[in-house]
Amino acid sequence: MRVTTTVNGTERTADDVWPGESLLFLLRERLGLPGAKNACEQGECGSCTVYLDGEPVCACLVAAGQATGREVTTVEGLAEGGRLHPVQEAFVEAGAVQCGFCTPGLVVMASDLLERVPEPSDPEIREALAGNLCRCTGYEKILDAVRLAAARQAAR
Amino acid sequence: MDFLQPSSWDDALAARAERPDALPIAGGTDVMVELNFDRRRPGALLDLTRVPELREWTLADGVVRLGAGVPYARVIGELGDRLPGLAMAARTVGSPQIRARGTVGGNLGSASPAGDAHPPLLAAGAQVELVSAARGARRVPVADFFAGVKRSVLEPDELIAAVLVPEAAGPQQYCKVGTRNAMVIAVSAFALALHPDRQEVGTGIGSAAPTPRRAPEAGQFLAGELNWAARTPLPETLAAEFGRRVADAASPIDDVRGSAAYRRHSLAVMARRAATWAWDDLRRAA
Ligand SMILES: Cc1cc2nc3c(=O)[nH]c(=O)nc-3n(C[C@H](O)[C@H](O)[C@H](O)COP(=O)(O)OP(=O)(O)OC[C@H]3O[C@@H](n4cnc5c(N)ncnc54)[C@H](O)[C@@H]3O)c2cc1C
Ligand code: FES
Ligand code: FES
Repeated sequence: MRVTTTVNGTERTADDVWPGESLLFLLRERLGLPGAKNACEQGECGSCTVYLDGEPVCACLVAAGQATGREVTTVEGLAEGGRLHPVQEAFVEAGAVQCGFCTPGLVVMASDLLERVPEPSDPEIREALAGNLCRCTGYEKILDAVRLAAARQAAR
Repeated sequence: MDFLQPSSWDDALAARAERPDALPIAGGTDVMVELNFDRRRPGALLDLTRVPELREWTLADGVVRLGAGVPYARVIGELGDRLPGLAMAARTVGSPQIRARGTVGGNLGSASPAGDAHPPLLAAGAQVELVSAARGARRVPVADFFAGVKRSVLEPDELIAAVLVPEAAGPQQYCKVGTRNAMVIAVSAFALALHPDRQEVGTGIGSAAPTPRRAPEAGQFLAGELNWAARTPLPETLAAEFGRRVADAASPIDDVRGSAAYRRHSLAVMARRAATWAWDDLRRAA
């Protein structure tokens, strides 16, 4: 089947989509957007997190056809004009990236948190990131990165 | 495989009747896992996310009619005051990403004994509205909805339209045991609703029997012992006895998540605490 959806502001169409395939497969394998990662395909790890109509979801749990006519924003759509998103910058500076596999999902989740809650408390950060697993960092640097991005956002 | 995408409730019911091989999909948080792991290959997916009626809730005569397709995030954000027990349970579901997509209708559709929406719906005395194109609508008490492990009375040509949940008349509680604070299937769970208007105690047990179930005898016992008029403190011995009776109502098994003995024990503890917290809330409200 054919699926047309808006991805990172541009209308995109894919043909021969298998009706049971996920939005994650559509993005990675058909639309050439490998930012969202495939680690578990069962909603447990959050590495596939993208915005769907402005809300972070696991792309592995959305049927590709369900995204028809909706707006998808992936991690590739966060940077503006060649400049990293403030959350991405903070991840780099705080050393929150090791292998990087979990990073796209965490960046999307953290950017959503800071849009909704500009100055989150630690429990709010932990709650927002509860669906994102990282096998490398031990999470402390990730929390540092979110705090750093929040502080910068507040200063601006 | 086909992808059916009705944009109205009537079209959805017609599609359901015409295509018995189609699997309804709402938030997809159960369905997509099955598809991704090749555990299921339905002839078609019937996408319900474009049916506006399923995504609404309304209030009439003290009853919330919660559309089957309202996700947990909205139950938490919009119904915490009217349906506190269900909202508390919704807060424990998965992660923010899962709560953004997963729905109460999908929880009922999967009918897992561990589904977090079920115990508070049982405690509140909710009804499920099932509709088919051929026979119209019928309402089933949640207590009669579950037919076995992951089975319900939903017929192959029916869709879940909504759950009808009475607005809370008193305090409600939801307790869940798991290995961490997020992303856990309940090892055991318990919901309690005080109904001071009719001096009754509603109960719901999760993950400790083949289906979610109530503990009616325990509820009647506690309701009979509570001093509803003077709202005197709940004696600890009474709360503990209530806990024991709730545990007796379960028929748990040993599995990877926990032993039957632990499930019974934790149920007794949760029921004791839930009763104490809810009764204290009621006393404070007086
Ligand atoms: C990572 C992860 C964590 C989870 N954590 C929890 C948790 O903590 N607690 C919990 O209870 N569950 C949990 N779940 C399971 C799941 O999220 C819930 O069962 C959720 O309520 C399913 O809703 P859905 O809309 O996504 O359903 P779907 O996956 O779309 O559908 C589920 C079933 O219901 C049927 N269905 C859906 N809507 C209708 C309708 N209107 N009429 C008829 N049939 C219908 C479908 O055909 C399917 O059989 C988790 C799942 C994942 C992937
Ligand atoms: S790949 Fe989607 S949550 Fe892990
Ligand atoms: S940096 Fe390797 S999984 Fe998080």
